[in-house]
Amino acid sequence: MGGVQFFDEMQLEGEGVRDAYQAYYDWFAAEDPALLKKKMREAEAVFRRIGITFNVYGQSEAVERLIPFDIVPRIISASEWSRLSQGIEQRVRAINAFLYDIYHRQDIVRAGIVPADLIAANDAFLPQMIGVTPPGGIYTHIVGTDIVRTGPNEFFVLEDNARTPSGVSYMLENRETMLQLFPDVFRQVRVQPVSDYPKMLRRSLSECAADSQSGKPVVTVLTPGLHNSAYFEHSFLADQMGAELVEGHDLRVVDGYVAMRTTEGYKRIDVIYRRVDDDYLDPLNFQPDSYLGVPGLLDVYRAGRITIANAPGTGIADDKAIYSYMPEIVEFYTGERAILKNVETWRCSDPSSLSYVLDNLADLVVKEVHGSGGYGMLVGPAASKRELAAFAKKLKAKPANYIAQPTLSLSTVPIFTNKGLSPRHVDLRPFVLVSPKGIEITPGGLTRVALKQGSLVVNSSQGGGTKDTWVLKD
Amino acid sequence: MLGKTAGGLFWMFRYLERSENTARLIDTGLRMALTRSSGEDEWNSIITTAGVRPAFDEVHDEASMAHVVDFLLRDRSNPSSVVCILEAARSNARLVRTAITPEVWEATNECWMSVMDVLKRPVSAKDLPAVLGAIRQQSALVRGALHGTMLRNDVYNFARLGTFVERADNTARILDVKYYTLLPSAGAVGSRLDNAQWETILRSVSAHRSFRWLDEQEMSPRAIANFVIFDERLPRSLRFCWQKVTENLFQLDRTYAKRRDCYDTACQLTEDLQKLTIDEVFETGLHEFLDDFITDNIHLASQIERCYRFVE
Repeated sequence: MGGVQFFDEMQLEGEGVRDAYQAYYDWFAAEDPALLKKKMREAEAVFRRIGITFNVYGQSEAVERLIPFDIVPRIISASEWSRLSQGIEQRVRAINAFLYDIYHRQDIVRAGIVPADLIAANDAFLPQMIGVTPPGGIYTHIVGTDIVRTGPNEFFVLEDNARTPSGVSYMLENRETMLQLFPDVFRQVRVQPVSDYPKMLRRSLSECAADSQSGKPVVTVLTPGLHNSAYFEHSFLADQMGAELVEGHDLRVVDGYVAMRTTEGYKRIDVIYRRVDDDYLDPLNFQPDSYLGVPGLLDVYRAGRITIANAPGTGIADDKAIYSYMPEIVEFYTGERAILKNVETWRCSDPSSLSYVLDNLADLVVKEVHGSGGYGMLVGPAASKRELAAFAKKLKAKPANYIAQPTLSLSTVPIFTNKGLSPRHVDLRPFVLVSPKGIEITPGGLTRVALKQGSLVVNSSQGGGTKDTWVLKD
Repeated sequence: MLGKTAGGLFWMFRYLERSENTARLIDTGLRMALTRSSGEDEWNSIITTAGVRPAFDEVHDEASMAHVVDFLLRDRSNPSSVVCILEAARSNARLVRTAITPEVWEATNECWMSVMDVLKRPVSAKDLPAVLGAIRQQSALVRGALHGTMLRNDVYNFARLGTFVERADNTARILDVKYYTLLPSAGAVGSRLDNAQWETILRSVSAHRSFRWLDEQEMSPRAIANFVIFDERLPRSLRFCWQKVTENLFQLDRTYAKRRDCYDTACQLTEDLQKLTIDEVFETGLHEFLDDFITDNIHLASQIERCYRFVE
């Protein structure tokens, strides 16, 4: 990586900090570093007390870990945000139109833009959803678009996360923590609030309720349970929305509707914000050995008597092979050019792309089309000669299984260390809510940060942390 | 409210109550060991009271103070140890986090964190009083948060039901183990118990001071048993506990506008208990009475569980 210049969002080197960071930096420079260190330790105690933890799989005892939190915010100016949010909105609109189309007439396939076998042969495509229109016509009620930045106006969408994006509880709790630790900085810097998210989520879900004439729709959050790594977030969201937190065994189909077991017997529910995967939703229709789901749920869904958010089968829209078609997909459904860039993507199924990828393997990131969480992935610049050779062999054997992208020079934002500010790579996940009445994007999001110097890996499972994300007021 | 949530609240508060009572029980043993020469009998009876005799015998040969204390506080092979109970209490709190206030959750989480911290290593005799104090204090903080911040609705009622069902059971067990102390002199009206003995019983239910306040009482076994079973002013007496259970079930019936079997059962049980006198209890046998009481209490708990659909 030597010699590569990364874009630092605060701009520590050179002539003064960037405008968006000026007010914060003025405050920061006047603070006593010893006091900031103390606050940093306090932050950890706050997280522990509130229980903002994630569970670690594969350990015998229920081990709960904290995601490290950095006290320096990531700041986005109002004008940067306005462009970003327009781009995200456009993309999410296109994704919903795409999903509707894919499960109905498949015009985009007929038009020869997306190949038919990419849909039909895709595991994320659910034939059970063909011809089904979700209540309110919405497929992705909640989207967490992953954005990376490489320059002043260079924003790329890395992933669309149209299934069950997580991390929004950190967006909210990080802000709460900052407000508790540094109340005075919020008087000097005018930051847009994020705290309306749960209310907006509740409203958004209620607006999609199957037939909500009965007054206030009953909204539930469906969790795999206490031992799921994101359980904190599930209970947090249910709590903040005033929704019931249910597991599969709390629900059953009664008289053609979905009902939850209450102290007064089974009571009908209208909306399920599910945090379980498609495969585990309904053992009768999908994975037969699943304990997490509700037998017969999909039949009720198809009858239009329950809202499931996000709809089953949305995974087809955030598939990595589909991703490479996103610019065309956006144009096909919105008639506009995509505002946000896609990362250049070579589909290895295409012979000329394959030979380019093989020739430049050491500079590229190669991903499995259906993989997620960084599994089965090659990071060219970090790989040894032997690893490259072995991967090339796999590529040639099954080219359609892979896509390749350039290694991006992710922007950096400083973190607070014992030696003062020090730049680290970041990404951004804003949260988008879709309802029949429109699309709302909370000004902010989850900023993940690689805490190791030089590292590009921001995943919390691999030493990543989080930052509060500030979008400034105009 | 979800049936699962009602069950989670019920068990969360049962476990919190149990951990507090376990700490109180060990405290009693400690006091006995400090004030009397032979402590072994006392530690043995504490193992019996805690209802963990078979599990204890599997791990230890003799009921020394170190063994008993460690087994009751820290041993993970003992599902009733304080570490296991508090872990279960916190798990249930996580399960019902959407039903409790942040204050109640944080107090429970804090209770778990701080008690786990002091129980990380074996507790020395020197540190024991402070550790036991911490356990009692932490569960008092949870109770305080409950009283100070929760709506008086069905959520609160299920929490209180858990507390009083568990407390009734614990008090009955404490008395049952000590019945041999009370029994031999039971017939002899006016006979006085050895000071240390009655103090053990009263301390186990935190009633030594209150008993003394009632200065018209004399320290007879009859008076003590009467106090711990029947006195409606004593918050750990059997009668008090069942009255509270009945009250909370009544409020649930009112909230849900439906009369449930478990309320009828609780009414009947409480009424029968009130009609009874201490003389009758001693006539039929204290042990037999307590045995029946514990069984009735178990049946009542499972009836509550069924009525409110804690599980499928």
